[in-house]
Amino acid sequence: MKLDVNGREHEVDAPGDMPLLWVLRDLIGLTGTKFGCGMAQCGACTVHVDGVAMRSCVTPVATLAGKKITTIEGIGKDGEHPVQRAWIEADVVQCGYCQSGQIMTAVALLKQKPQPTDADIDAAMSGNICRCGTYQRIRAAVHRAAALTATAAVGEEVSHVA
Amino acid sequence: MWREGMNLSEVIASMESSTASRAQPAAEGKGFKQTASRRDFLKAGAAASAGLVVACFLPLGARRVFAQDVAKQPAPIPPNAFVRIAPDNSVTVLLKHSEMGQGVWTSIPMVVADELDCDWSKVHVEHAPAAPEYRHTVFGLQMTGGSTSTWESFAQLREAGAMARALLIAAAAKKWNLAGTTDCRTKNGMVFCGDKKASYGELAEAAARLPMPTNVALKKPEEFRLIGKPIKRLDSKAKVTGTAEFGIDVKRPGMLIATIARAPVFGAKVKSFDATKARTVPGVVDVMQVPSGVAVLAKHFWAAKQGRDALVVDWDLGPGAAISTSGLRAEYRKAAQTTGTVAKKAGDVDAVLKAGKVIEAEYEVPFLAHAPMEPLNCTAEIGKDGCDIWTGTQFQGVDQMAVAKLLGLKPEQVRIHTTFLGGGFGRRANPQSDFIVEAVEVAKASKQTVKVVWTREDDIHGGYYRPMWLSRLRATLAKDGKPAAWAHTIVGQSIIAGTPFAGAMIKDGIDGSSVEGAADAPYLDAVPAHRVDLHTPSSPITVLWWRSVGHSHTGFVVESFVDELAHAAKQDPLKYRQALLPEKSRERLALDLAAEKFGWGKALPKGRAAGIAVHASFGSYVAQIVEVSVEGNGPDKGRIKVHRVVCAIDCGPVVNPLTIEAQMQSGIAFGLGAALHSELTLKDGKVEQSNFHNYLVLRANEMPKVEVHIVPSTDRMGGVGEPGTPPIAPAVANAVFAATGQRLRKLPLRLA
Repeated sequence: MKLDVNGREHEVDAPGDMPLLWVLRDLIGLTGTKFGCGMAQCGACTVHVDGVAMRSCVTPVATLAGKKITTIEGIGKDGEHPVQRAWIEADVVQCGYCQSGQIMTAVALLKQKPQPTDADIDAAMSGNICRCGTYQRIRAAVHRAAALTATAAVGEEVSHVA
Repeated sequence: MWREGMNLSEVIASMESSTASRAQPAAEGKGFKQTASRRDFLKAGAAASAGLVVACFLPLGARRVFAQDVAKQPAPIPPNAFVRIAPDNSVTVLLKHSEMGQGVWTSIPMVVADELDCDWSKVHVEHAPAAPEYRHTVFGLQMTGGSTSTWESFAQLREAGAMARALLIAAAAKKWNLAGTTDCRTKNGMVFCGDKKASYGELAEAAARLPMPTNVALKKPEEFRLIGKPIKRLDSKAKVTGTAEFGIDVKRPGMLIATIARAPVFGAKVKSFDATKARTVPGVVDVMQVPSGVAVLAKHFWAAKQGRDALVVDWDLGPGAAISTSGLRAEYRKAAQTTGTVAKKAGDVDAVLKAGKVIEAEYEVPFLAHAPMEPLNCTAEIGKDGCDIWTGTQFQGVDQMAVAKLLGLKPEQVRIHTTFLGGGFGRRANPQSDFIVEAVEVAKASKQTVKVVWTREDDIHGGYYRPMWLSRLRATLAKDGKPAAWAHTIVGQSIIAGTPFAGAMIKDGIDGSSVEGAADAPYLDAVPAHRVDLHTPSSPITVLWWRSVGHSHTGFVVESFVDELAHAAKQDPLKYRQALLPEKSRERLALDLAAEKFGWGKALPKGRAAGIAVHASFGSYVAQIVEVSVEGNGPDKGRIKVHRVVCAIDCGPVVNPLTIEAQMQSGIAFGLGAALHSELTLKDGKVEQSNFHNYLVLRANEMPKVEVHIVPSTDRMGGVGEPGTPPIAPAVANAVFAATGQRLRKLPLRLA
């Protein structure tokens, strides 16, 4: 079947019940999306399907024909997405294994709520486990990303007007 | 994991079959007062082409320094080094420790780069291969654990940086035909003399040809540009873009993925298996029995997992099938009624107890899995000239010897390529090298390059747990309220027994890691009659060090019990501890700072209560004061909410305050998950939990606001990876008592 990942079309030979996670990792070779639990409990495998955060470890590939899949490799060039920049500024990562999923969830959250409160962040991010306990810096980074996104948006408007 | 000062030379002697060597403790004194000495051993190896490599290492009795041609050595072939400087001015630090989140990828290069005086923005980091140069300066094995990395390598790596700098200066002096180097200065990767200047990259080739200097000066602490500063991580970009390579991401030509059907109860053996259905799963290549179970090899993970699900294995369960948590509890409680092997004693504790009103309490903590986010995995490739291993391990030195033994190779023929670790917490430091040896077994049996991948269920069921522990404490109080007698009986499995470390680390029947934090509890000095003793039952359940090891139970027990005594004496819990601790003690410094920053004694918001704990581990002293409330309605009733944690640490001189803050937050989150939720229970030999839906860990919505304060200190340097964990459970339990009057003596904490 054909799969649209990060704007590129991939022809994959996979059984229909094979979770997207393993198609991405073992067939396409995009290993930024991580395996943590295999049952949508930890969020390490979070990707976007048509812009919505999904757990790729329980999403059968057969359901994804014609849909746009975005992974950590596809959200920004060279770590320049505001959420990635905020993560670096806030010195969030520790072991780093869960962070692809954390970032994908945060990107989806900020699309829905550009200025989230702490409670919004906790509610959105509680599906993503971090055993290193980076939650406090994640909270700070999501706020920072919101600020960076707002600034970028204002900048765009200004340049548009100019 | 281990305590400072332990010498594992016996371990090495017993584990090494080929080259004999002995570890010598670095013993470089306190704080920053390290000196460069014993220069006589320095040797130089001149090389012909571009680049400079410097290694100097302390543990083997002779310090050696290699200057080598890196251009001709693209692959890290021993003898190896800590620093490479390339003609393009880039500086590569070879990290002998494993980056598993704790920040060594940044803090260790800071130490090298500060003395080297190089441009920090040009610093790159690589994991070093497994080789003798990279042995732990105290333990004598290449490994990362026991919260030791920074202090064990601090002197060694400062010297490596200073040595490289000295060579670069000498090369510049030669280039400029100077009589000496006294007028040369360095800054940010450049050597200056008068109006002349040259970059390190320009000088590296010439520097590599020079003899080693016999003496190098180290910076004074006030000259540090990086050490002590809040420097951000060097691995952030790779980890926010998904490009950081973890073991599970490794791909080799022709590699197969294997899953393994392992014993459903501890000690079970395969009787027979039927792979007929498994072999029909598309993508499955082979099925075979291996020592740990039945391996299914496939072209990708999903096929390997589907194949394993289709396997029918008949197990001989053995005696392990009779184990249950309730049975163990009964056995442990019975044992705790008698005195075990004595680890520490003073006075006649039984007589003093008999003479007073005894306060008695029993505490219990469960088996715990480490559950690092990256499930265990290992890639093994056996070739004609040796074996290559790609994995995230904390134990290169042990793993290398284990694989060499299994395959009949020399240790140097086992090449370990350390990837980033998706969490370690002790699980990836296994004296049996379980997940590595298993992958090699599969590669050997199948004659294929194989990556064995564990599922989360495999991880939760796979043993090597933090042991279940039971403690019984009894005390009497003197007239002033201070304890007159303190008797502590500990019951739990030994982590060290049965491992190659037993000879070195079990003394007089006591596994030091079983009683650490209890036998050396700081309060005992103030108690005239005391005894700490240990029962060590054995069991087929495999156990291992879990972040903070013995302190993960003794911190909870000792700090809860002293709180009980404070209340029995009708005294303030802070003042009670202060009265028992010497005024200048490091526990006291941490405690006083935490109390000041928390505002102990001031009114809290309505419905909130405070709890306190202080505990020393791994050379650092940590006090935590928490603010909790008890919330919830209906089935959620009695939910313990931790709002705020004020944490003070005395870890001696600071390398990177951002790392310390991160590790305190991390240790607190790890310990708080265990305090509130995590528990493994066994029934009919089987572990009842299997994944994150029933093995609960801390999530974002439960993360308190953690404030970290560092005690200014020039005292001996300690660790930071583990010491943040022990105080959180007792601090929360003590706050819950203050809030509700219920004294919770069992983890995870559950209100009646």
